[in-house]
Amino acid sequence: MHAVRVIPCLDVDAGRVVKGVRFVGLRDAGDPVELAARYDAEGADELVFLDITASSEERDTMLDIVSRTAEEVFIPFTVGGGVRSPTDARRLLRAGADKVAVNTAAVDNPDLVSEMANEFGAQCVVVAIDARRRVPDAAVRHDVEKPPEGWEVYTHGGRRRSGKDAIEWAQHCVSMGAGEILLTSMDRDGTRDGFDIDLTREVSSQVSVPVIASGGVGTLQHLVDGALLGGADGLLAASIFHLREHTIAEAKEYLRSRGVVVRPPGGST
Amino acid sequence: MIAVVDYGIGNLRSAEKAICRAGGAAKLTSDPDEVAGAAGVVLPGVGAFGRCAQALRSSGLGEPVADAIGRGTPFLGICIGLQLLYEGSEEDPGVAGLGILPGVVRALGGEVKVPQMQWNRLEQVPGGSSSLLAGLTGESWVYFVHSYAPEWSPEVVATVDYGGRVVAAIERDRMWGTQFHPEKSGPTGLAILGNFVAACIEAVA
Repeated sequence: MHAVRVIPCLDVDAGRVVKGVRFVGLRDAGDPVELAARYDAEGADELVFLDITASSEERDTMLDIVSRTAEEVFIPFTVGGGVRSPTDARRLLRAGADKVAVNTAAVDNPDLVSEMANEFGAQCVVVAIDARRRVPDAAVRHDVEKPPEGWEVYTHGGRRRSGKDAIEWAQHCVSMGAGEILLTSMDRDGTRDGFDIDLTREVSSQVSVPVIASGGVGTLQHLVDGALLGGADGLLAASIFHLREHTIAEAKEYLRSRGVVVRPPGGST
Repeated sequence: MIAVVDYGIGNLRSAEKAICRAGGAAKLTSDPDEVAGAAGVVLPGVGAFGRCAQALRSSGLGEPVADAIGRGTPFLGICIGLQLLYEGSEEDPGVAGLGILPGVVRALGGEVKVPQMQWNRLEQVPGGSSSLLAGLTGESWVYFVHSYAPEWSPEVVATVDYGGRVVAAIERDRMWGTQFHPEKSGPTGLAILGNFVAACIEAVA
C-alpha cells in the first residue's frame, strides 16, 4: 500500500515561523515548537523545518528548536536551510532531526550528497530543489523550433540560477545517494494556485525515491491533485495550515474522500 | 534501566526520548556492563546493514547484546537493529549479523518505490497474540524507512502491504523486533514502546 504523507512546512526566521510569498514578504505565523506539537496532535505525518535566514548567528537558534521539537514530537521531521557540510548535518541529526535537507550546498559541492549518504545513510539525506519553468528570454534569440523547455534549478533561496535542469538534477542527486526529493515550484510558491503538476509528475516518474511536492497549495483539492495527478509521495503545505484555514485532520479526511490513501488522522490507541 | 545501545551510528536520541515518554527509564549507553545489567535492551539502527553490523562488532557491544537476549532480558531491535538479529543481509553480503534468528534479510520487491519511506497499516498475523502489539485498537499505522526486510518466519507477528507482504514485527519469547520506527510512529508507536517497558518491568519483578 502506498500512503501519501501530509507534511506541514515551517519556515523559520530568527526563531519564529514565518510565511513568505514567492520567497519574499514575510508574515509571522507563530512559535515553531508549539506549531510542531499541534500538527503532530492533528495527525501530520511528518514535519519540515526550513531555516530561511540560515545566517551563522541563527544557527544555534535552529539547533535549539530542533532539540526542543525532538522532546515533544514523535513523528519524523526534516530540517533544512544553510546546511553546507556533513558537520552541519551531523549537528542537526544529533539535536534530533531525522533527515537533513540540502539545496544550494549540493549544487555548489557535488560530493556533498554522497558524503552525507555514506556517513548518515541515504534515508537521512533530502535534496531540496527549487525549480522554475524555463521561459523564452527576450534578450536571447531562440530557435523558433526549439523554445526553452523544462525547469531550471535555482539556489540561494531562489535568487540565483544554476543552469541545471531540474529533472536531470533530481536524477543525479538520487544516483549520488539522496533518499528523498523535496521539490518546490518557485512559480507556484506562495501563490495558492496549486502545485506545478507537470513538474511534480515529471520528477516523480523519473526518480526511484519519494518526492515531496511543494509550493502553491491554497485548497484541499490542490493536495488531492498533487497526489493523484502529480504522483507525489508527500504533500507539503504551509499557509493553509498556519492560517488555520484547514486542520491536518480536515486535509486528510478530504484526501481520503477523494480516494487518496493516507494514515487516518488521530491514529490509533 | 533500559539500555539504548549506542554503537556510534545515527540519531539514537529519538529512541531514548520516546522510551522515556512511554514510561521507561531509558539511557543511551556504550558501556558493555550497563548493557549486561540492564532490565531491557534496545538496539536501534539506521543506514546500511553492513555499517551497523561492523559498528556493533567493533564497539564490543554485539556480545553483551547477544548474551542479554540469551538470558531472556527483554530486547527490542528497531529497523536495522531488528535486521542484525539475522545471519546476514542482501544489502551487504559477506557481513554477518548476530545470527540469533536464521535467514537473511532481503531487498524489497514489487512495483513500489524503494526505500519504503512512509506510514503503513500494521496487520497482525492471524491467530497470534503479540504482547508487543497488545491493546492497539482500530487501525495501527506506523512509520517505515527501509529498503530491506527479514524473510517470513514463525517469529513474525505483524506485516504490512508494500509490493507484497513485508515483515513488520517479530517476537520470540522476550525478544522483539520492529522493521518500523516506534519512536517515530506517534501515539501508536508510544503505545508499542509502553508495552515493551511493561515487559521490562515484569521481567525484573
